[in-house]
Amino acid sequence: MTTGGAGAGFDQPHSYPGKLIIVEGIDGSGKSTQLLLLKKWLESKEYKVFFTEWNSSELVKDTTKKGKKSKSLTPTTFSLLHATDFASRFYHEILPPLKAGMLVLADRYVYTAFARDAVRGVSPAWVRKVYRFAARPDLAFYFKVPIDLAINRLLGGTRAQFKYYEAGMDLNLSPDITESFRIFQSRILNEYDKIVSEYDLTVMDATKEIEVQQNEMRRIVAEALANYKPKRGTHGKRTLFWRRFDVPRSE
Amino acid sequence: MANGHYFGDGLTYLDPSDLKGKLIAIEGTDGVGRSTHIESLQEWLEVQGYGVSTTGWTRSSLMSKTIEMAKQGNSIDRWSLSLLYATDFADRLEHQVIPALRSGFIVLADRYIYTAFARDKVRSGDSRWIRDLLGFALVPDLVLYLRIDVETLALRVIETKGMNYWESGMDLRLGTDLYDSFKKYQSLLIEEFDKMAEEFRFEVVDARQSPDDIQEALRRKIQPLLEGTSKRFGPPALVEGSPQK
Repeated sequence: MTTGGAGAGFDQPHSYPGKLIIVEGIDGSGKSTQLLLLKKWLESKEYKVFFTEWNSSELVKDTTKKGKKSKSLTPTTFSLLHATDFASRFYHEILPPLKAGMLVLADRYVYTAFARDAVRGVSPAWVRKVYRFAARPDLAFYFKVPIDLAINRLLGGTRAQFKYYEAGMDLNLSPDITESFRIFQSRILNEYDKIVSEYDLTVMDATKEIEVQQNEMRRIVAEALANYKPKRGTHGKRTLFWRRFDVPRSE
Repeated sequence: MANGHYFGDGLTYLDPSDLKGKLIAIEGTDGVGRSTHIESLQEWLEVQGYGVSTTGWTRSSLMSKTIEMAKQGNSIDRWSLSLLYATDFADRLEHQVIPALRSGFIVLADRYIYTAFARDKVRSGDSRWIRDLLGFALVPDLVLYLRIDVETLALRVIETKGMNYWESGMDLRLGTDLYDSFKKYQSLLIEEFDKMAEEFRFEVVDARQSPDDIQEALRRKIQPLLEGTSKRFGPPALVEGSPQK
């Protein structure tokens, strides 16, 4: 018996007919925008594309909310709740389209947990073992951005103020939430740097213009898909299966 | 705990070496009477002046409702189910078990990580992932295993509360009906527990005996652990499963 048909697990490339493309980066790196644009392009090429994002399953949504509200989450329960969310999405949203030969686009993947949980003080070796059931991506982009640019983008745009956990306020880094965000996310950037070399992620310069980055991204994806044989559906989009991609959302 | 330590990769931010209390896990399949015996053990220990705290599988304030809901649906996968249990376990460990041990309480755990090991192994055939996942668990001072054979167990469960979907492992489709499935599933679990009993040196108690004899046997196994423990005549026992804010 294997692990429920999970394939090779994270240690080796997966053997499913589909392709898994993921983006990573801190909030404000522009990764979600880039993934959205990539999706538009792939769909215009008539690929069957499925999109999934971090922390979005119904299974633990209320629990995470409750734990965050009461501030009772420890580094370990925080980590485990996200792993549960991931497991549920992996089983229901990522594995079926991969097996069906589709392109799966994921906004954040296991590396987000590797980076954040390590900063929160969880054993890096342990987190890697927890996520061992995940399929290894075919392409993993890391959008690298200096911390100040990320903060300016966030405060100048989508967000008036940071949220408690996204600013790492649970770590008591600073009573000022923006300062806490800066320290916390800087540490995450350091972790990402280690992860980039450990897992050979494709680094994108996220300070460049949006369209410049996107052209580069499309070039790399086209190359990676050179030998990919897309499955042709018999009908148009099944709107119940396809989730709509709305405004890029962090967390 | 003399030399408190973690099972695998532990909580790096919590040093377990200074925990004074004792951690006793009571394991065994569904329906062997664990909770009744834990109540009696608590009473027995408290009469002697020990502070006792009890904790039970899926009883955390964070997770108990979520787990209930997840089990009501019919689409929970193996990883998510084990991760839900692990989250519940971590919440109780950090908010309840470790603080109690630090204050010198005897903690009686109704089920422990070995339950998760058995259930996940039966579902996946793989024991590595679940053992890694629960590496942050404290190794108990004593594991008491209430052992029963599946024939006796089936009769006992039918006589009392009846068989339910999860205790029958119906998600595994092992048998054509509830009874067949129950027996097959529980046999597989018992087989796993028996293997672990050797690997992790459980103290085995025959759960086919009368309740009084079982209780007597459990107390005899616990007694050596108490010798050398200073009694605490201080705080009253924590209420079972008391929510921690």
